[in-house]
Amino acid sequence: MQYVMLIHQGDTPTPFDQKAWGRLSTEEQQQIYADYQALNQTPGVTPGLGMQPPELATTVRVQDGKTLTTDGPFVSVKEALGGYFILDADDLDAAIEIASRVPAARLGGAVEVRPVVEY
Amino acid sequence: MPLTLEQVFQEEWGRVLASLIGFLGDFDLAEEAAQEAFALAAARWPRDGPPESPRAWLVTTARNRAIDRIRRDRTLAAKTRLLDVPEATEDEMDETTIPDERLELIFTCCHPALELDAQVALTLRTLGGLTTEEIARAFLIPQETMAKRLVRAKQKIRAAGIPFRVPPAHQLPDRLAAVLAVVYLVFNEGYGGRGELATEALRLGGALVELLPDEPEVRGLVALMLINDARREARFAGGELVLLRDQDRSLWDADRIGAGRDALERALALGGRGPYVLQAAIAALHVEDPVDWARVASLYAELGAVTGSEVVELNRAVALAEAGDAEAGLALTDGLDLDGYHYLHATRAELLRRLGRAEDARQAYDRALELVHAEPERRFLEQRRAALESL
Repeated sequence: MQYVMLIHQGDTPTPFDQKAWGRLSTEEQQQIYADYQALNQTPGVTPGLGMQPPELATTVRVQDGKTLTTDGPFVSVKEALGGYFILDADDLDAAIEIASRVPAARLGGAVEVRPVVEY
Repeated sequence: MPLTLEQVFQEEWGRVLASLIGFLGDFDLAEEAAQEAFALAAARWPRDGPPESPRAWLVTTARNRAIDRIRRDRTLAAKTRLLDVPEATEDEMDETTIPDERLELIFTCCHPALELDAQVALTLRTLGGLTTEEIARAFLIPQETMAKRLVRAKQKIRAAGIPFRVPPAHQLPDRLAAVLAVVYLVFNEGYGGRGELATEALRLGGALVELLPDEPEVRGLVALMLINDARREARFAGGELVLLRDQDRSLWDADRIGAGRDALERALALGGRGPYVLQAAIAALHVEDPVDWARVASLYAELGAVTGSEVVELNRAVALAEAGDAEAGLALTDGLDLDGYHYLHATRAELLRRLGRAEDARQAYDRALELVHAEPERRFLEQRRAALESL
């Protein structure tokens, strides 16, 4: 089975927000980097591309043939996607196990496990 | 006496279906095949007499039907585990070679990635063999809603890759708790008046004991259900709810209470001290005469520590009051954050009544009546409130 693992940052501190990030101890910060690195090296994981924070997103809609752009993500910043990776796993239990190792999942965010359509 | 078809269905449906899902890897295909096999049995057995092993006949027949179907629809074959479709076999399978995969099935149906309502419906459909219509009726929801719920759950199992497997040891306690919660929910739905669900829950519990004989919580749940179910007849008189202490004990099913006590003893002997074992121990104390309320209260304290549940604290309040300290019971309910729960207000009303505070009691009954939805309980509360007038 293949899954897209969508990381929702929620309240998770990230280096993009230096104030929140600074509240973590150096050990905690290092642990987060180490966990993401371990995740990216886990068999079955294809790391996603790093995304700038949702504040820097531009949202595009087309209405009556006219392109409308707004500053910011489609959903609220807090609900916006923070990152993603692709996972090849035996089944949902294996995917849940990997998802639970994503630091955001324990730091105020969540991971959405989306199965890929198989044709 | 040979089993009737209905009995065979009840006994074998879950096992036959589990075995087919294990073999085919597809819920819908397995369900259709099982249905066809049971329909064929209904047509043939009365005429030709039942086969020596109904289970083996049903599994073999259903497998062959499914294989036929896959052969007819090759595109489907690409989506199932049956890339190499085995030959249909005319020989009946040996019963001993059919693995019992009901445990895999129930863990799949009660997977936490499924909504609780869906877990319940799927468990009743697949293991219990209830029809969609029966489940819808039992839960008082439209049949169409229930059908959609089941379709969606099966879709999710397939698309999301929910495994057909007994969880590994490190996941088992959590996953087993989810399974037991589903069974107990079914039981409680039945306990509210719809007896067929309680019976179904007891049957599921019995199967779990058979499949996981060394799990104390499974036996604890069975003990709890048996002891409570033994009092089912006495809980209502002419459609009205009767309090435990006012129940006609001659209506209690003594054999069932005995079976519940046996199950509880086995659970305790296995070292069980989990939530279901503790609840069963409490239920067992409740059917003694006189009830040792002080012990009940201390078991509730233990249960509260295990579960962190405020509802348990509410029950401890009742036990404290029954042990003679209504003030302490009432004081305990003051700190509970259960305003939306009708039992909180019904309990407070009762304790206030005992303390002679009729006006406060009336207000508490009013609040309970705003929240209650089961009709017999509503009538009961109304009667209790009316009885305040005579104070």
